[in-house]
Amino acid sequence: MSQIAHIFPFLVAGWVFLCGLYGIATSRHLVHTVISLAVVQTSTYVLLLNIGFRTGGAAPVFADISPGITTVDPIVQALMLTDVVVEATVMALLLAMVVKAYEKAGTLSPDDLRLMRG
Amino acid sequence: MSGAWRIRIFFLAAAGFACLYFLAVRNLPPWGHYRGPYGDVMATSSVFQRHTTDVVNAIDYDYRGFDTLGEEFILFTSVLGVMLLLRDPEKNKGISRTGNMGQATRFGAAGSYAALLVFGLYMTTHGQLTPGGGFQGGVILATASMLIYIAEDFRVFKRITSHPIVEALDALGAAGYAAIGLSAFLFSAPFLTNWMPLGKTGDVFSSGTIAAISACVGLEVTAAFLMLGYTYLEEIVSETGEGG
Repeated sequence: MSQIAHIFPFLVAGWVFLCGLYGIATSRHLVHTVISLAVVQTSTYVLLLNIGFRTGGAAPVFADISPGITTVDPIVQALMLTDVVVEATVMALLLAMVVKAYEKAGTLSPDDLRLMRG
Repeated sequence: MSGAWRIRIFFLAAAGFACLYFLAVRNLPPWGHYRGPYGDVMATSSVFQRHTTDVVNAIDYDYRGFDTLGEEFILFTSVLGVMLLLRDPEKNKGISRTGNMGQATRFGAAGSYAALLVFGLYMTTHGQLTPGGGFQGGVILATASMLIYIAEDFRVFKRITSHPIVEALDALGAAGYAAIGLSAFLFSAPFLTNWMPLGKTGDVFSSGTIAAISACVGLEVTAAFLMLGYTYLEEIVSETGEGG
């Protein structure tokens, strides 16, 4: 049981991932699909930050602590930092596509989108 | 495919994923016992190697600078895509000033705007010392400008943010990052080498190219989010037909 407690935060990341995926699979509205994708992406933040976490570790900023003090992993934090902003713009691009899809098809339901003809 | 079947297939796949994921994380180091060594090496060496007290920014703009350059261009092209899809020069030509905010709102917004502007610039320029940097500062600077829309109206916001200068600043920020990287070639050093004087640790003008790249990123993120805000506001305004 204690083993589960040790990996519980990682399981939370998997749970968030599946929640977002469920949202995408059952989506009836394109904006809902885009937000579900954001949830999926958030699960990677949860996973990576949990991997770099260290009990009692300080923030990796040495402005007021001396170098050598044990900190959490700064590398995963750096990965998150750039991605948060980039994700926001990618969401904006997806939502712009949603706007255009609505203008062309007149619907926001993925099931009713019949723009492609084979 | 009917909805019921889709959900059945999803749960089948989700169960498979859950099993594999559990097996994958089962033998990870227990939570809270990060073992390194890369993070520890970075944390102990970047203060001495790069004179940066914020290790996260040292990684982003120096050790992992090439990667961040890629992310930077994802941001650039995403915003470019939004503009291509949504921007229409004929839209909102005839919008006249309709809404008029009270004096208290305008006064409050102007005061907050000044404070947020200073805060955003502080965040952008002090990324090498404390948490902050170009990405965070840029977002603050850009969203603070939304106060112009609240206090005045869409026309004033448009006059400021749909300016060609904003577009030029966006390109300048992205190109500046690449140019700083290329400038290392002048000294026969590899791409994105930190060749600028490192300065005194803890000083605003320290850490060499990290501060310079952070400023470029700040410029680009500010311009990018201003354009995003403008483009989407234009969508809303043209839908509802109101000007402020």
